[in-house]
Amino acid sequence: MNPVLKLLTEGGYLTTAQMAQVAGVSEAEVTAHLDQLKRDGVFLGWRPVLDLSRESAGAVRAVIEVKMTPERGGGFNRLAERLSKFDEVESCYLMSGSYDLLIFVNGPSLQKVAAFVSEKLSTLEGVLSTSTHFMLRSYKEGSFLIGAPASEADRLKVSP
Amino acid sequence: MKRFIARHVATLPKSGIRDFFEIVSKMKDVISLGIGEPDFDTPWHIREAAIYALEKGKTHYTSNLGLLELRRAISTYVEAHYGAGYRPEDEILVTVGVSEAIDLALRALINPGDKVLYHEPCYVSYHPSVALAHGIAIPVPTRAADGFALNAEDLEKAWQPGCKVLMVNLPCNPTGGTCDRARLEKIARFAVEKDLIVLSDEIYSELVYEGAHTSITAFPGMKERTIFLHGFSKAFAMTGFRIGYACGPVELIDAMMRVHQYSMLCAPILSQEAALEALNHGEDGVKAMREQYHRRRDLVVGRLNAAGLTCHSPAGAFYVFPSVAATGLSDRDFAYGLLDAQKVAVVPGGAFGPSGGGFVRASYATGYDQLVEACDRIERFVNTANPCSAPSSS
Repeated sequence: MNPVLKLLTEGGYLTTAQMAQVAGVSEAEVTAHLDQLKRDGVFLGWRPVLDLSRESAGAVRAVIEVKMTPERGGGFNRLAERLSKFDEVESCYLMSGSYDLLIFVNGPSLQKVAAFVSEKLSTLEGVLSTSTHFMLRSYKEGSFLIGAPASEADRLKVSP
Repeated sequence: MKRFIARHVATLPKSGIRDFFEIVSKMKDVISLGIGEPDFDTPWHIREAAIYALEKGKTHYTSNLGLLELRRAISTYVEAHYGAGYRPEDEILVTVGVSEAIDLALRALINPGDKVLYHEPCYVSYHPSVALAHGIAIPVPTRAADGFALNAEDLEKAWQPGCKVLMVNLPCNPTGGTCDRARLEKIARFAVEKDLIVLSDEIYSELVYEGAHTSITAFPGMKERTIFLHGFSKAFAMTGFRIGYACGPVELIDAMMRVHQYSMLCAPILSQEAALEALNHGEDGVKAMREQYHRRRDLVVGRLNAAGLTCHSPAGAFYVFPSVAATGLSDRDFAYGLLDAQKVAVVPGGAFGPSGGGFVRASYATGYDQLVEACDRIERFVNTANPCSAPSSS
């Protein structure tokens, strides 16, 4: 695996300068690797990992299962791409199983998310049904365990 | 009350790490490179297996030797990785970490006054363990120029009549030193020639970054005189489980088992269950951790050399052992000065024996961001140090 991609998947925040030191390459090479990953469509961008279920985050998140009618020639693509363009939609996946699309939505309040579902999503032609599940609490987000004590504190500071 | 304390205990030297620990543990915001254990938590599947065992009511004694199923798994693992076959029924003893195994072996082998060779700098317990068994510990120096490998010539020089045991720890804590095949073969021949029992502590053997690890027990004539010691603490990040094992000739394992059955009875069953899971399903986790250690080693060795300290690239374990001679400071003054000025903790090399003087041990079992920051601080210290002296040892 590309050393930079490996560092990215291992999580933790490293600047390009730190990545260069860890991977044992120059900073220019790290940037080149990142650019290549971007060109390949693997690396899409940086985002912080946030626990939006905290009250102080002031956000509501929901997962929506969408059943829809596939179209001749394009299957689900046209409609899925159209849905994905809404700002409320954080992620959108085509799934195997009892529904077609799984959509992660977030908004500032329950009302706003509900309005998106009832006014935008379910009124689209081709959408047969939706089933909305609001998230109540996060236990793990982007590989980060939430609420787990920092283990570093448990290690003795000096040991043989 | 002191007059009641047994002489061989009263005269045990205080661990050089202890007083340093007292100071570091009272300070805030210290980046500690003084920690001799993995930063990774035990992989979840192993912890989960221990929980499951607890739920199933596995809360009883096991056989003195340890669970037979675990000994079978150990036998398979040791044969596959170290090229030596041991019978699960009577040639393997499950212990409370390698530390207990060392204690058992020395107590089983040493008559008062018997001599034990060991290489130095070395793990802090070797010398005291020999003293506690009423033996005489004879250090054999290793050097930075050799990457702290052990040389048969130095063993020859140190050997005296009455030597019965040779203790080796490769890869080595604190130096990360290993021995190549040629060196090991000479050591093996030396052991045969001098009729020594070899205690081979291979706790870091999965964490080798240059070439493949070779065990001394695999050389001709060695299996019958080697007690192979290993455990789960480092490779599987299971330090707190306190679980290890000894493999060796049936008579020696039987003698160790007799000491073990009267002192420890058996290793904790939950740790044994966790160890079984580690051997059955843990290899991917070991590989992932090894890859991270490898990258961290290269990072730290590169940075320390660039900072002006001379640091050989250790072939194994998760320690670097740079010389601080370039700063004009002793290892103690360097460690205390660095802690005071930059809040980075490293362990003075003298804590691991006199030949560790002038070096410090820095563990890279710490996250990348912390390592990079620690290296920045060390560089600043080396460049601008006007260090204070270490408090006098008490």
